[in-house]
Amino acid sequence: MSDPVASHPAPLQSPLLEIDDLGFAWPGQSELLDIPHFALEVGERVFLKGPSGSGKTTLLGLLGGVQKADRGRVRLLGRDLGDLSAAARDRYRVDHSGYIFQQFNLLPFLAVRENVEMPCRFSSVRAQRARQRHGSVEQAATLLLERLGLDPDLHQRRADSLSIGQQQRVAAARALIGQPELVIADEPTSSLDADSREAFLALLFEECRDAGASLLFVSHDQSLAGLFDRSLDLNQLNRALRTPQV
Amino acid sequence: MHLLRIALASLANRRFIALLTVVAIGLSVCLLLAVERIRSEARASFASTVSGTDLIVGARTGSLNLLLYSVFRIGNATNNIRWESYEALARHPQVKWSVPISLGDSHRGYRVMGTSEGYFEHYRYGRKQSLRLSEGRVFASDPFEVVLGAEVARALGYHLDQELVLAHGVARVSLVKHDDKPFRVVGILARTGTPVDRTLHISLAGMEALHIDWQNGMPARGAARIDAERVREMAACSEDQLCAQALQPKAITAVLLGLNSRVATFGLQREINQYRGEPLLAILPGVALQELWSLMGVAEKALLLVSLFVVLTGLVGMLTAILASLNERRREMAILRSVGARPWHLALLLLLEALLLTLAGILLGLTLLYLGIAIGQDPLQAEYGLYLPLRIPSSYELTLLGGILCAGLTMGLVPAWRAYRQSLADGLSIRL
Repeated sequence: MSDPVASHPAPLQSPLLEIDDLGFAWPGQSELLDIPHFALEVGERVFLKGPSGSGKTTLLGLLGGVQKADRGRVRLLGRDLGDLSAAARDRYRVDHSGYIFQQFNLLPFLAVRENVEMPCRFSSVRAQRARQRHGSVEQAATLLLERLGLDPDLHQRRADSLSIGQQQRVAAARALIGQPELVIADEPTSSLDADSREAFLALLFEECRDAGASLLFVSHDQSLAGLFDRSLDLNQLNRALRTPQV
Repeated sequence: MHLLRIALASLANRRFIALLTVVAIGLSVCLLLAVERIRSEARASFASTVSGTDLIVGARTGSLNLLLYSVFRIGNATNNIRWESYEALARHPQVKWSVPISLGDSHRGYRVMGTSEGYFEHYRYGRKQSLRLSEGRVFASDPFEVVLGAEVARALGYHLDQELVLAHGVARVSLVKHDDKPFRVVGILARTGTPVDRTLHISLAGMEALHIDWQNGMPARGAARIDAERVREMAACSEDQLCAQALQPKAITAVLLGLNSRVATFGLQREINQYRGEPLLAILPGVALQELWSLMGVAEKALLLVSLFVVLTGLVGMLTAILASLNERRREMAILRSVGARPWHLALLLLLEALLLTLAGILLGLTLLYLGIAIGQDPLQAEYGLYLPLRIPSSYELTLLGGILCAGLTMGLVPAWRAYRQSLADGLSIRL
């Protein structure tokens, strides 16, 4: 089922994620993104400041291969996403990256455990890695949930019966299962209070390090930036916004 | 499969709407199956009402009318056949057996039929099955003996040796009763699923005896009355030809004929239709049955068509419910996309949903149908003489159900396509 070209990255060169001369515009609109260069190293944790309207969501769509760039290249693990077909991009994304969004990003009607295991159901690569490391997908889910501080008696509960903070930790476990090389977090802490925000980040860092994953953390909350290896501002990165359209 | 689990859980999450959808489909499927089953059973029991009879002869009337009153006990004869004509028919060289039938009286809504003992011997129904007695014997020399159809005995709770009074005419409420000449139950027939079950059988002599003292269509009064004991004496005195002849009918309603050779059927039919003694009509039961059924065929097809449309309505209801849910489920779709579901996964998910709803609807429909048959079996049999067996679905019914499933799946293509398009546009995150 998995196309060897699509699922296996080219021989690893640094960096993990690289953007070159990226340009994108929604149909009928002026150019929203124009990013000359951006790179994310293996194991690196980067804070990307992106207020609303900065093209943040669109950029994440391009990184995930949901949208296709008008020009330029997005390379994940050395492979140009633009070279892949839409289906292959989808598969490549799931095989190699995990996502954490704002609140309400679990399927409310499934059990906590089922939510965590889901990436492994759609990606054989991640299922295989989970089995290699923990014996089974179920075992991997249990372990991750416990490390993120969710007691076993919560694992079978419906996802929407948990508190927001717990749900975000479940989402983190889901992003990390099967050890994707890249974790992309989009405002995952915006619904948490300041204390749980830092606690959540500490856990996320620890798990990313443990899994060897790079972390791209997008938020408008500058106060967190100091905790990361590097901090960038999308407004600086994106030329399209710096040069006002006439 | 994992998608199936998600589809089930998602449906369970919207269980109220899902349940209503399933009920709508279930009811419509039940209606369709019920119509189809009543249709096929009615046709089957209809076609098997009479067999082994080559010709039915009555006074000249429409062939359908003759069939209806002689076999189905529906409607009335407009005229009778003289006894002499019957004797001429019975003596005909081509005729193997003949059974006279005399109708006109009733008992609590059930028709009374005067006939000869030959009726029990020669009448055939279904696949040439003959009548069987479940209890007792057929009537003999005593004119006041009656043999009950199975349904009559069951519905009225009659048993052997019970006495009953017949009523003049066939109205459910009869003003004139033959209460001076009670009949005794001597036999009860086994169930046939034909109008025989709803008939009381007496001898022609008994039929004649009921009206022996009648004058001008009214019972005699006073000294002119002849009571049951006197009639019995008349029937017993076989050596005295005069008194025995008093119980011989002057006219009968119809005759069932069996011929020596089926080849002779058309010839004899023509001969009877041209009989000089009085205007007679002979019909072939099979042909007349066919004619009657083709008459009802239009109504039957219309009914089936209507119930097919009801099923379609149920499925459109499902389509509406799924489509209406799509917008509020955009987040669910986006989440699935973010954990690796590809657009065709989402399309498949919605297709599965339509399939599950339709399948559940079909199962509910079948359950309702069998429940309905189990409950309605007896009343239907008693009221309409229609016997619905609790049998597994026929191949035609399975074809119908398969068609419904395909239609449900086809309906599912619409939301599947929309979810596919939507997921491409929405991508991984959606803020609602």
